[in-house]
Amino acid sequence: MFFSDKHAGMGELADTLADDAYTEGRSLWRDARRRFMQHRAAVASLVVLALLLLFAAFGQYLSPWDNESIDWASLPNLDEDGVPSLASQHYFGLDPIGRDLYQRIVQGSRISLMVGVLGALTAVIIGTLYGAISGYVGGRTDAMMMRTLEVLSAFPFMFLVIVLMAVFGRNVLLIFVAIGAVSWLNMARIVRGQTLSLKRKEYIEAAMAVGVHPFLIVLRHIVPNVLGVVIVYATLLVPEMILFESFISFLGLGVSEPYTSWGALISEGADAMWTAPWTLIFPMLMLVLTLFCFNFLGDGLRDALDPKDR
Amino acid sequence: MSEQQPLLAVENLQVTFDIMPRNAWPWTRPRKLRAVNNVSFTLNEGETLGIVGESGCGKSTLARAIMGMVPSQAGKVVWLGEDLRGLNLKQLRKRRQRLQMVFQDPLASLSPRMTVGDIIAEPLRTHYPDIKGTELREKVDAIMDRVGLHSHQKNRYPHEFSGGQCQRVGIARALILEPKLIICDEPVSALDVSVQAQVINLLKNLQREMGLSLIFIAHDLSVVKHISDRVMVLYLGNVVENAPRAELYAAPQHPYTQALMAAVPIPDPGRERAKPPAELDGDLPSPLDPPSGCVFRTRCPWATEYCSKEVPVLEDKTGAGHWVACHYVEKKGK
Repeated sequence: MFFSDKHAGMGELADTLADDAYTEGRSLWRDARRRFMQHRAAVASLVVLALLLLFAAFGQYLSPWDNESIDWASLPNLDEDGVPSLASQHYFGLDPIGRDLYQRIVQGSRISLMVGVLGALTAVIIGTLYGAISGYVGGRTDAMMMRTLEVLSAFPFMFLVIVLMAVFGRNVLLIFVAIGAVSWLNMARIVRGQTLSLKRKEYIEAAMAVGVHPFLIVLRHIVPNVLGVVIVYATLLVPEMILFESFISFLGLGVSEPYTSWGALISEGADAMWTAPWTLIFPMLMLVLTLFCFNFLGDGLRDALDPKDR
Repeated sequence: MSEQQPLLAVENLQVTFDIMPRNAWPWTRPRKLRAVNNVSFTLNEGETLGIVGESGCGKSTLARAIMGMVPSQAGKVVWLGEDLRGLNLKQLRKRRQRLQMVFQDPLASLSPRMTVGDIIAEPLRTHYPDIKGTELREKVDAIMDRVGLHSHQKNRYPHEFSGGQCQRVGIARALILEPKLIICDEPVSALDVSVQAQVINLLKNLQREMGLSLIFIAHDLSVVKHISDRVMVLYLGNVVENAPRAELYAAPQHPYTQALMAAVPIPDPGRERAKPPAELDGDLPSPLDPPSGCVFRTRCPWATEYCSKEVPVLEDKTGAGHWVACHYVEKKGK
């Protein structure tokens, strides 16, 4: 038959080509990585964030002080002895009660970054699954799940935090719980919207026709296809969570002494900004730097993952 | 009809959609859209049924209703002696091993984040989770080879393939479970003509080798002519004619089929110009508000008052399996 002859010829051509060229597929993720690498600001942000992470993890070994003991020798004359200096090894100076600010920032970074990343992670896991299931199943289930979501998001959140703090005392874990409880709500909405548009795609229908279990359709076909949007949103969520924790700490509801976080440090620094400006400047710089980096990163990821939307 | 038990017998299948009018209150009664109305046909093993009709006439809905992907409101879908409509989703998923589908848009029907190999293997993984590793790979390679793809391409992603190749992937996915029936929902409409021929020849060869039955949906009469044993013409969700291929193309009985035939372009400019213009005017009436009596009467050159009162029944007009739904065929037909 004409067609099969022609096909055999083409097959040989394809074979010879295949010998030279790689047969590995070029996935959409790989394309996205290449595009991301061309986005300079995003790559730089990624490097800065990696350094920040290293700082939070190992920064404490660079200084002989620790985050809770008071430098009694410098305490009587804080305005002069407490300034940042390499000689006294108080790189970032002392805080208003004579503790080493560098060590406190290292420790605060740990809490703040953890809150940010954990909040975003909760949002990604719970929000994605909740939204995808709600959107995919549709009908009454969808309506119920979405109304539940609305009730949750209508709940006065600060009130919840205050009650939690009053009942269980100030505890880092509670902050995680509180932040986890709100962070996924918007994510679930976004994913549901995406799922609704994906649901009518032919490849989802094809999976249904094959007889794939609905839950597997959600996991295998819907989640990977909404993941692009989810990742972008998650990177933008991290700074939001950090700010949120800072806000709680600024109000005095956050982590308790001797632990601290960026928000708590900024709060302390703001009180002492006229006599000891460095107590405000250093934690603020850390916070601003992190927020900038995450936002640039999110920007770069969006450009890389949705090349059509530029 | 033949004595053997048909592979698939559809009896008076009816699919209605609820359409909510704009700005409706939650308690407003939805309007009913009859997408498929009293459709009946039988399909024997190894046979190909072509389904043609204008866009929006319910071809795709019919296909999805047979698969059980769209809920149907009345009638029967008898598959190997068992009514699929009575089954729950779990049982239905099991039956789908033998009942597969190929879709219209070749690229859109493949998940963009999965490799072609994974896409083809998915049905096998779903229904036979024990098949793993080398055995799975061998099966995928074998089926790719069969549809004319190279097995070393299986780590590639759908966007790296052409439309025709993507459709081959879709066919491979449908074939890997060795089904008895494949429903092809306009499998070649999105492809260009030379690739259409390749895909159709591939389907024909596969049908011969594997003893497949096909339901082949298209809006292109010449494509259907090439592949079908029987052809069914749909208009606004109703069957207007169902006849053996040769007979339908030689002597179309229903005025709608005749108009469709007349509208097929002839690949010869001189003859095309000499051809009388198609006699059908007007648009497809809204399925939300179908005409009373015969649905075709608003555009039919033969329509009389009687047509608006009485619904024509699908009858075997020649006694040789040529089913037509028209009051006037016996009088005017040849």
